Amino acid sequence: MSEESIISLKNVNKWFGDFHVLQDVNLEVKKKERIVVCGPSGSGKSTMIRCINRLEEHQEGSIVVDGIELTGNLKNIDNVRKEVGMVFQQFNLFPHLSVKENITLAPIWVKKMPKAEAEELAMRQLEIVKIPEQANKYPGQLSGGQQQRVAIARSLAMNPNIMLFDEPTSALDPEMIKEVLDVMVDLANGGMTMIVVTHEMGFAKTVADRMVFMDEGKIVEEASPDKFFNNPESDRTKLFLSQILHQ
Amino acid sequence: MNEMNEVRKPPVATTGIIGWLRINLFFNWTNSLITLFVIYCLYQFIPWILDWTIFSADFKYNYLGEQITNQEMCSRNLDPENGGACWAVIYVRFYQFIYGFYPKVEVWRVNVAYAMLALALLPLLYAKLPYRKYFLYFTYIFPVIAYFLLNGGLGFTEVSTNKWGGLLVTLVLGCTGIALAFPIGIMLALGRRSKLPVISMMCTLFIEFIRGVPLITLLFFGMVMLPLFLPEGIDMDGLVRVLVAVTLFQSAYMAEVIRGGLQAIPPGQYEAAKSLGMSYWRMNLLIILPQAIRISIPPIVNTSIGLFKDTTLVIIVGILDLLGIGRGTLADTNWLGLSYEIYFFVSLVFFIFTFGMSRYSLYLEKKLKTGINMGAD
Repeated sequence: MSEESIISLKNVNKWFGDFHVLQDVNLEVKKKERIVVCGPSGSGKSTMIRCINRLEEHQEGSIVVDGIELTGNLKNIDNVRKEVGMVFQQFNLFPHLSVKENITLAPIWVKKMPKAEAEELAMRQLEIVKIPEQANKYPGQLSGGQQQRVAIARSLAMNPNIMLFDEPTSALDPEMIKEVLDVMVDLANGGMTMIVVTHEMGFAKTVADRMVFMDEGKIVEEASPDKFFNNPESDRTKLFLSQILHQ
Repeated sequence: MNEMNEVRKPPVATTGIIGWLRINLFFNWTNSLITLFVIYCLYQFIPWILDWTIFSADFKYNYLGEQITNQEMCSRNLDPENGGACWAVIYVRFYQFIYGFYPKVEVWRVNVAYAMLALALLPLLYAKLPYRKYFLYFTYIFPVIAYFLLNGGLGFTEVSTNKWGGLLVTLVLGCTGIALAFPIGIMLALGRRSKLPVISMMCTLFIEFIRGVPLITLLFFGMVMLPLFLPEGIDMDGLVRVLVAVTLFQSAYMAEVIRGGLQAIPPGQYEAAKSLGMSYWRMNLLIILPQAIRISIPPIVNTSIGLFKDTTLVIIVGILDLLGIGRGTLADTNWLGLSYEIYFFVSLVFFIFTFGMSRYSLYLEKKLKTGINMGAD
């Protein structure tokens, strides 16, 4: 692991039954770096970022996040999860809690923050994602775009050093994608370390420091966005890009 | 457009009483026929049942004005043409129906316990109760108070449980069974879904064993076998043995009901909770169980009602609950032949409680649904 790496994956292997979903994956992410991961479905990109906060367990190799190695040790897992925020494709808000409660729950119960302070924090986060007026509604009453922004606010309330995004706009109607991407761009400009799995190539071009292309469980290509979009090395990448850009 | 409007007949009334009748009772000729038939049946039945239960019934005195002390004095036994139900049997035996053979001097304790039970249920029934938090504290300590109050100790004279009976036993069994089975059921359901094979296997074995055995068998088991497992010299109270059996039985069912609710929670909820750094217990207590239990309210209430009625089976091991007292009364030569009245009364009491539970579940479902659109993404 190099000095300034905040996330380091070394020879990570994972199988679902017989299916070899991650094959010798190596990835180093520096502090404040923004990585966009793309690739066809089933290429292992979601699985890879889910391994980073141990929603999936890797079977071989090592994953080190902010100096903590992910092993079976529960304490380490808890510590890593406090460092890493995650946003899901399906938002996964807690439907029985109001927007504000969704955001304050983890600070109050995991970080032992006093309730008043947590509520203040929640309102600040909702300002950041530009929906403070929805604080007392329930997730079921919000549009998809609003729900995803609440989900981002919920993750940010834990003050993570790293944010993982697992196809955050794939479940959204086209006109709602922009409001979510805008929030993510703000976040990127604010200096957050981010790994984003997405097919939004416009977003990738504006914020990514590095593109990672995966196929069949392997990282096929890693390059700067400029090189990746204009002059990709691998044929597989070229094919993928030609398909996705002509959608 | 205009021409069409001219030929069209005015619409048939669909609002108001006439509209309601038309839509619901006289929609077409079969519908009308059924409505008329049902009205005829009700016309035949309602006056008869009202007459039997109220207008021609004896409550305390027969039609000659004498106070009834045995079945021979009931109006319908004196003159079959004259008189309906003989409720005097309930009147005379009321004490036994409500308290069993609890000593009269100490019966105020049962009354206080009944009143406290109502008070303890209050914060559960009304979410908007002022100072609900303090009422809830009372609800939590109520079982302890009730134990000392009913059983004795702490300065109260001891009243052995074999003197308890009637509604007292029914409520003690029903409330304790339901209240204890709920947390045990939750633990069993979580245990059965646990990733640790030992825990999951033990919970599954327990649930399958208890569920595979009839309650009556469990009651006999509690009566006969439980004492064998206890160390020498410790004698377990009969009612406690039955309570253990009833609680185990109910927890197995409750576990399966709650497991059903747990299975309906999408995996994303677990992942979101974990990614926020929540431990297993926090995740379950704050995120998973509140949703799972909400989904399971109808079946939870269903099994609870089932248990409340199944408590009548304790008669088989010699404990006299409400129905047991009724059967005892019927065996008394003074009250032979009054089975209609007694079973009617016992059914009515059970119905009042179970209907209350069913209404409560509807109220809960309505209350918890407000503003929540579960599973809408």
